[in-house]
Amino acid sequence: MANRLIVAPAPHYHSGDSTTRIMRDVVIALLPALAVSVWVFGLNVLFVTAIAVASCVGFEYGIQKLLFKGKLTICNYSAVVTGILLAFNLPSTLPWWIVIMGSFVAIGVAKMTFGGLGKNPFNPALVGRVFLLIAYPVQMTTFPATTLGVTDALSGATPLAAVKAGAAVESLDITSLFLGTIPGSLGEVSALALLLGFVYLLVRRVISWHIPVAVLATMAIFAAAVGIAEGDAMSAVGEFALFHIFAGGAILGAVYMATDYSTSPMTPKGMLIFGFGIGVITMLIRLWGAYPEGMSFAILIMNATVPLINKYVKPKRFGIK
Amino acid sequence: MKTFPIGGVHPSDNKLSRDKSIEVFGLPDVVNIPLSQHIGAPATAKVAKGDRVLVGDLIAEASSFMSANIHSPISGVVTAVAPAVNGQGLRQMMITIKREDDQWAETIDRSSKVVKDCRLAAREIMEKIKAAGIVGLGGATFPLHVKLSIPSGKIAESLIINGVECEPYLTSDHRNMLEHGEEILVGVSIMMRAIGVFKGYIGIENNKPDAIAHLTELAERYDDIHIVPLQVKYPQGGEKQLIAAITGREVPAPPALPIDVGVVVSNVSTAYAVYEAVQKNKPLVERVVTVTGKAVKEPKNYLTRMGTPISALIDSVGGLPDSDVRAVNGGPMMGRAMMNLDSPVTKGCSGITIISGSEASRGEASACIKCGKCVSACPMGLEPYLLFKVAERKSWDVLEGEDITSCIECGCCQSSCPAHLPLLDFVRLGKQSVMGLIRARMAANTPKK
Repeated sequence: MANRLIVAPAPHYHSGDSTTRIMRDVVIALLPALAVSVWVFGLNVLFVTAIAVASCVGFEYGIQKLLFKGKLTICNYSAVVTGILLAFNLPSTLPWWIVIMGSFVAIGVAKMTFGGLGKNPFNPALVGRVFLLIAYPVQMTTFPATTLGVTDALSGATPLAAVKAGAAVESLDITSLFLGTIPGSLGEVSALALLLGFVYLLVRRVISWHIPVAVLATMAIFAAAVGIAEGDAMSAVGEFALFHIFAGGAILGAVYMATDYSTSPMTPKGMLIFGFGIGVITMLIRLWGAYPEGMSFAILIMNATVPLINKYVKPKRFGIK
Repeated sequence: MKTFPIGGVHPSDNKLSRDKSIEVFGLPDVVNIPLSQHIGAPATAKVAKGDRVLVGDLIAEASSFMSANIHSPISGVVTAVAPAVNGQGLRQMMITIKREDDQWAETIDRSSKVVKDCRLAAREIMEKIKAAGIVGLGGATFPLHVKLSIPSGKIAESLIINGVECEPYLTSDHRNMLEHGEEILVGVSIMMRAIGVFKGYIGIENNKPDAIAHLTELAERYDDIHIVPLQVKYPQGGEKQLIAAITGREVPAPPALPIDVGVVVSNVSTAYAVYEAVQKNKPLVERVVTVTGKAVKEPKNYLTRMGTPISALIDSVGGLPDSDVRAVNGGPMMGRAMMNLDSPVTKGCSGITIISGSEASRGEASACIKCGKCVSACPMGLEPYLLFKVAERKSWDVLEGEDITSCIECGCCQSSCPAHLPLLDFVRLGKQSVMGLIRARMAANTPKK
């Protein structure tokens, strides 16, 4: 092989990090939750996930091929991540054509219209999910009972919906919330599996702790404050706070959706503000809004504030007061 | 363990030649000596074709205060004073000398005996340093006599000596500390006397425990010199980062200098050169150069005469590997890729790093994914992704407001970008444009005489 002398400005070193590696790590981090979901809801989970992933990748490929110039980006796994996250926000019994419509809105509308990866202001999977929630409210809120035959106060309603309808938080088993043996969107149920993925993402330095911790801590403190204001016993206050972290899409949203790079702030301080906002809005919707869950709306609303946060929350400059 | 306050990255240090003792490299038959080997005005040639010179003879004289003397690194006959091509492919004035034997100027003490005692006054020390043509040997090549001249109104409190060597691969400072620790400490105390300070620190990154132990032991005999181990993190040896790590003080944004926080910073190899100049009357005619790289057969540390062709150094470690290469003058983070390997070793050349195989080429750039890795990597608290985007649009005024002139060009941002964006290329472009605008504005605001 010929010796070419390559000349370029410094640096002459690269960490080896790549967009593809990052996106692949997110896929790996989501696998435990997918496995638990199959265990809890059956093989339908794989069917819905496969449809979502295939259609997301397909739409990205088609749009790039027909409307964009330049290199195809489907090999960087970002559409795969969007597909899995969209599926994770759907009931495992959702008809296939609704899943495909969600993928179209996620990729076609929320991502590619803005120029693709890194340019979309709103989280694509969540835009897809919220579109489906508004367009198909019945299908989107009909959750299958778990295949494990767990019988408790829930019987097909998610814990958040049950509490919204008046069930006492004390009647719910926090352990099953933690493990994921509860009805819900297919990827959101197991706090344990999602937290496992969180640890993986931290170790691989794909994300930092700031957003997830800010979101979950804000929610817990908010819930505890409400509990105290209502004069609950301290044990009930603690349980109420834990319930809100483990129920619904709190962890899925905080760890995997709110941390989406292009729709979240660039600095740690900005991330904390962003996470705090998501936590507060989620709790406002959960406790006093029309929907049992507010995570998706909260993230999308805070997505809109990201350019503003990036503009005003600057890193501390070295040597400048 | 002490470190700088924000940002930084952890490239694998690849100090392949850390255990290789300094070897004396063979004398070159012909040397090319550029008249500009330092920041500032090029020196003025004092010899002409046909002149005979000894090792250590002055061959080019500092042309202004911000310039440096240059001495002949070999004995022989001047064969040309003419433009020649440097490592970056640019033509610059060089003095070519053909070697005859190895005869040194008689004033130079070539014995290996360590002379510790120095009774010279500050002014005499400064004159010797200036005469010897010493510049910062860490790579920045700032004339040392300029750095040691404290501007009126400023007060120096301490001298910080950079033994960090945070660039991956390079080990020339490391070997100098191990093999010439005694002389370095004498050099440091001489520099402290020159600027009149009673506090001296030598900062060493913690990946050199042998150097830390050795110098700490030697420094016990010096009440006012302290060895400070520092966390392994790039760019620990950046001037501002080093000052912050050791003193906790942040040098304000440009045009402020270290002296604004009472500090003068120099490098361990420079301290060794000061020792040689002041105690041995030896001008700066040779330096230690690390020749290294993953595909280099036998990485080494060579004591090399200035002007030695870099290709000769590369040949002696087994030649270039059989792949694409980037031959870097300096380390991989801030060094300069060369296009002419026959160019000479100069005062600022601390190492030759051969980057080979797939590492030699840049990765293909893709879209910014706003991951923020550049922001958390930047040791100056800047937002490289934003500077990149704005520099592409050429909005210089916006860049000025985003403090682009604070950039130290350490390369942390670009080396950690998963999209392989040429962040620093554009930040450099933006920084140079903004600095040009600032200079033009200052010139316009200065009343003409």
